[in-house]
Amino acid sequence: MINIEIDGRKVEVENGLTVMDAAHHVGLHIPHFCYHKKLSIAASCRMCLVQVEKAPKPLPACATPVVEGMRIHTNSDYAVTAQKSVMEFLLINHPLDCPICDQGGECELQDVAMGYGGMTSRFNEAKHVVAGKPMGALISAEEMSRCIHCTRCVRFGQEIAGVMEIGMAFRGEHSAIMTFVQNTVDSELSGNMIDLCPVGALTSKPFRYKARSWELSRRRSVSPHDGLCSNLAIHTKADRVVRVLPLENEAINECWISDRDRFSYEGLNAADRLTRPMLKQGGEWVEVEWQTALEYVANALRQVKTSAGAEQIGALATGGSTLEEQYLLQKLLRGLGSDNVDFRLRQSDFSADGKQAGAPWLGMAVADLDRADRFLVVGSFLRKDHPLLAARVRQAVKKGAQFNLLHAAADDLLLKVANRAIVAPSEFGNMLAQVLAALTESKQAALSDDVKAVVARATLEGIGNDARAIAASLAGGERVAVLLGNFAQQHPQAAQLQRLAQEVAALTGAKFGFLGEAANSVGAYLANAVPGANGLNAAAMLAQPRKAYILLNVEAELDCANPQQALAALGAADLVVALSSYKHGATEYADVLLPITPFTETSGTYVNTEGRAQSFKGAVKPLGESRPAWKVLRVLGNLLEQEGFGYENSESVRDEVLAGDLAERLNNRLSGLTVSAAATSAGLQRVADVPIYSTDSIVRRANSLQKTHDAATPMVSLNGAELAKLGLKSGDAVTVSQGQGRATLIAQCDDGLPQGVARVAAGHAATAALGAMFGTITVERA
Amino acid sequence: MLSEQVQAKIEHELKKYPADQKQSAVMAALRFVQDEKGWISSDDMADVAIYLGMPKMAVYEVATFYHMYKLQPMGQHTLTVCTNLSCQLMGSNETLDYIKSKLGIGLNEVTADGKFGLREAECMGACIDAPLMTVNNRRLCARLTPEKIDRILTKLSAGGELASGEENVR
Amino acid sequence: MSGPVIFNTLQFDQPWTLENYLKVGGYQALRKILAEKTPPEAIIAEVKTSALRGRGGAGFPTGLKWSFMPRNYQGDKYIVCNTDEGEPGTCKDWYILRFNPHALIEGMAIAAYTMSVKTGYNYVHGEIFEAYERMEAACEEARAAGYLGKGILGSDFEFDLHNHLGYGAYVCGEETALLESIEGKKGQPRFKPPFPASFGLYGKPTTINNTETFASIPYIIRESGQKFLELGKPNSGGTKLFSVSGHVNNPGNFELPMGTPFAKLLELAGGVRHGHKLKAVIPGGSSMPVLPGEIMMETDMDYDSIQKAGSYLGSGAVIVMDDTVCMVKALERLSYFYFEESCGQCTPCREGTGWLYRIVHRIEQGEGRPEDLDLLLSLCDNIAGRTICALGDAAAWPVQGMLKHYRHEFEYHIEHKRCLV
Ligand SMILES: Cc1cc2nc3c(=O)[nH]c(=O)nc-3n(C[C@H](O)[C@H](O)[C@H](O)COP(=O)(O)O)c2cc1C
Ligand code: SF4
Ligand code: FES
Repeated sequence: MINIEIDGRKVEVENGLTVMDAAHHVGLHIPHFCYHKKLSIAASCRMCLVQVEKAPKPLPACATPVVEGMRIHTNSDYAVTAQKSVMEFLLINHPLDCPICDQGGECELQDVAMGYGGMTSRFNEAKHVVAGKPMGALISAEEMSRCIHCTRCVRFGQEIAGVMEIGMAFRGEHSAIMTFVQNTVDSELSGNMIDLCPVGALTSKPFRYKARSWELSRRRSVSPHDGLCSNLAIHTKADRVVRVLPLENEAINECWISDRDRFSYEGLNAADRLTRPMLKQGGEWVEVEWQTALEYVANALRQVKTSAGAEQIGALATGGSTLEEQYLLQKLLRGLGSDNVDFRLRQSDFSADGKQAGAPWLGMAVADLDRADRFLVVGSFLRKDHPLLAARVRQAVKKGAQFNLLHAAADDLLLKVANRAIVAPSEFGNMLAQVLAALTESKQAALSDDVKAVVARATLEGIGNDARAIAASLAGGERVAVLLGNFAQQHPQAAQLQRLAQEVAALTGAKFGFLGEAANSVGAYLANAVPGANGLNAAAMLAQPRKAYILLNVEAELDCANPQQALAALGAADLVVALSSYKHGATEYADVLLPITPFTETSGTYVNTEGRAQSFKGAVKPLGESRPAWKVLRVLGNLLEQEGFGYENSESVRDEVLAGDLAERLNNRLSGLTVSAAATSAGLQRVADVPIYSTDSIVRRANSLQKTHDAATPMVSLNGAELAKLGLKSGDAVTVSQGQGRATLIAQCDDGLPQGVARVAAGHAATAALGAMFGTITVERA
Repeated sequence: MLSEQVQAKIEHELKKYPADQKQSAVMAALRFVQDEKGWISSDDMADVAIYLGMPKMAVYEVATFYHMYKLQPMGQHTLTVCTNLSCQLMGSNETLDYIKSKLGIGLNEVTADGKFGLREAECMGACIDAPLMTVNNRRLCARLTPEKIDRILTKLSAGGELASGEENVR
Repeated sequence: MSGPVIFNTLQFDQPWTLENYLKVGGYQALRKILAEKTPPEAIIAEVKTSALRGRGGAGFPTGLKWSFMPRNYQGDKYIVCNTDEGEPGTCKDWYILRFNPHALIEGMAIAAYTMSVKTGYNYVHGEIFEAYERMEAACEEARAAGYLGKGILGSDFEFDLHNHLGYGAYVCGEETALLESIEGKKGQPRFKPPFPASFGLYGKPTTINNTETFASIPYIIRESGQKFLELGKPNSGGTKLFSVSGHVNNPGNFELPMGTPFAKLLELAGGVRHGHKLKAVIPGGSSMPVLPGEIMMETDMDYDSIQKAGSYLGSGAVIVMDDTVCMVKALERLSYFYFEESCGQCTPCREGTGWLYRIVHRIEQGEGRPEDLDLLLSLCDNIAGRTICALGDAAAWPVQGMLKHYRHEFEYHIEHKRCLV
């Protein structure tokens, strides 16, 4: 600690701080543009010049370290004169277009200019004009004359997003923020550049000219798109969501959000929003009153129960449904006497059910990722599945952490990968066993009995270099994190992989956890939206068709592990009740459509992947006749005369679910499993990612996101050797088939894929006719 | 694709820098491309980026920052005349006018036959030999007089090359 | 124009060869310290005694700078030579590469030995490509002869030197911009602290000196620091290379003792070109304030004397202007230069240099306004001292100098819309 004096106040501050930090400590504001607490120091805008006694010139507060005895004046005539002169320079070439600028009212330049600008301009020359630049569907860079060259956007790309898509080209007054030859900005975090831009140079394309900042109401909310549950500020105008910005929460999303969190709101009011209850009568859809629809549903369910038995009823929900919705759905089902309820729609192995000690979760706090020094991530398209968790890992790697990956694709994660083992899905178990074998070799550590056999087999068959390198890396760490990604959780041997990875964690003293796929992947367990001992899981419910299904937010053809099978089961059912915000594929297979609200129109709770419950309120009124699903389920419960459906509000539902110590209910321990980890597959194996803008029904309808590179129609990717074996080359049209289903797609070469796999995305209309996300697939020339 | 010759030159240049600092060779790589093709296209920049494992935008920043790179064709022989103070005092504006009239082009233009392009530059660091120009960034021609300019243009027009130092002796 | 310290091979037909360098005592200094295992502190002491000050413009004492390099640092360290000579008027380092490259190589090798550095870079201004090639050849020659590389002259000292060619950006002469440029980036100066001695090339401790500074070192070690000091004046030891350009009969580079009267230098350069009178002199490269001829004729060429006269010795580049020169036009050209060469990262320089140029340009075009001159001075105050690097100051000083001594010419231009001369 050292002693300094700022504006006459004597304070003790930590050594190593900058003058800017020190000023913040004592609650002083120093005007600034290029400085941003999460970015490297540029010290280029010079707005933060302050007076430091004994220094021969004014110094930039953002870059000047404090030293013992320093006396700083942030507000003296000397300092203010310097600040005003910088302001004058910033304004000379800045257009005077505040009245038509989208940033008007929330412009940092405008704000500071109020305090530091001159009344009249001494600049009588022609202003420098900069041409607009194309940057893709999300960021508008039409008015680059407004740019003040703070380079926050550039530094964000390089430092946080991990990719330099934009830069400052040319020099001097001609310096221009742009992309390489009109490339689009494709980072999944790109929208943060809009927030960072202190002026109206980079603005939100979807939001442009939609509203002025002072016309907006702001509500806090939580993102439904991935397990992180970023905090959102939802901006509304006339009961419509018109913009979404991050709400700072250091423990979760820091000050960022992903583009998915930010721009998905465009899907909220999609043209196919379901706004009135509908019944299919004589093959035709007719709009009906809520009362009619709900009574119809209650009767139909009663009928199935009496005629075929309650176990003929199944309920499926998405992981993005709220805690309250998931809880009431399972309560309704169980009230009917059925145990068939599940939210794990893309999962294919359920052998951990009943053997898992608690709800699977991250196994640590999100912020712990920053401090890890070794990672092993198993089966994850990390950047696309968890954009902001990936950004945290990226920061850790920058600080020196080693990142190890076991996966079936070598996509660029925009972070330095220390070791990667890229193998076909069927080899995952074996690879983990090899890592264990390598660890025991070097550590002489005692293995648990249940994995001894597979590890012995791996030792016998030989330990590969990749496994050795990963083991060595993990063994050298002090704060190790072993994480299972979406792909590992969806894997047909998910439980085995879990057990093996857990053993790796045990041998390396690591924390072990799951990267939760959906906003409520943890919450759904707490809400018990999983089958009990007598129930059928999601896959079984579709493999052994039921007579009646209740779907909560589910677009079966896009949300299920095996759309072919799902559609067959739903098509053959006597009754399908779809609670949905949209008129989607369910119009083909459902009998009743109940319009429910998306997250912005209901109160609810998500329990994120680290087990943090976050509740939110509706930001706008329900659209049309749609109603929050928790209310719909409550009425259904009442109509079915079930006990305990007398909730006053969603909070009372939540409190019932979350009673007691939440932390005690999170537990990744898995026991009683027989681990064999045998490779099973023959032929070409499918590797299926769920593209970032295909994950749920809201994003799938978000127009601007759907125009990005990440939303391009999926192709079939094979490595070069595999392509050649099939007599194909990049760009060829091919027919992909799985069981009865086929799709015609374009082939492309991706040498980051292992031999023996074909990568075909799931969750997309172009591939919805296909079967399971894992398993054998055939590819042939179309 | 970068030609084999360019690749070989880059490899030679890379030896100067630590193995994990390949980006250090970007300025040289762009120069080699320019020497070979006369100018640098965005495809060339992308190739250099891939070769050195750096972002394309970072290559673009470099190519647009340093003014000796030509991002459009500037003729088979680019003549670059210094017009900074020491040269201006010694008549570089007249020198420039003379070359313009001889070639029938203005600044940043190329003769119709594609042989000559004309540029202006800041201080070349040879002020005692003003007025002066460079040819293709490689040959410094000093103490220019109309006769000397005629001699140089005639030689280059005829397909000749200037030897190192040929026109920078007094 | 031969000199004792740097231009000591000019009497030969091919002054740049190793063979000729050896004839004038070349590499003896290096051989001596390697043979005697001279302690680094002793070398630094010798350099301090010599009163050698950085020849790149700022005049920082070289011995002191070398002592800043962390001694016990584990890992790579670098020395870097600044041959990015682009300051208008300056072309002395060009001559060192052309005519005595081995003096630079030996000087850098001694510096490397002193600071326990294994790798050096020499950053060469883009347009002097032929000199770059000669320097590359000289390094090859030195490597082949065992003056560079592993086990130099049979010792266990290892040092290699590489040349990096700039490509048209004056700001890369600023030492941290230069480092960025070697790293393959835009040449944007870094904010200091941290200084290169702790965070330099590739983030490693680095010492940067001008070409002439390094090339002076062999003499200091061979002949002694005291002898070097005595060549010049106290606080301004040794000889200095002066590049005399502009309106003289015999422009050229001259190696002369520090403290030589300007009148003597002008005489060596053949005097003001025939039939004209001396009007003004920029004594240290274009960034330094201009001084009227009468003042210069009374001034000696060393750091302190020129400073007393109201300017700086800078790089030692002397631009001579005779009575035909319109100062408005001269300043317009210089202001354009700083505008054109600003790197663009910091606000006062990026915006201010353009503003300065536009005003001076307007005055030159006959569109000046009476209030312009005070505005220019106010802008200079707002630029100088508020930028990341000294390019901002470099843009302001010429304007301030011109308005100090030649304000009447600018007023005349504004009033009559034409030159006074
Ligand atoms: C804009 C600018 C340009 C410069 N150009 C040069 C240059 O061309 N050559 C040089 O040696 N120093 C130049 N310098 C000074 C260097 O930053 C640095 O002080 C010098 O190379 C240190 O070497 P020395 O101590 O031996 O003089 C320049 C500085 C600035 C601010
Ligand atoms: S576009 Fe905005 S964020 Fe980027 S440099 Fe310009 S002002 Fe800064
Ligand atoms: S905020 Fe300090 S220089 Fe920009």
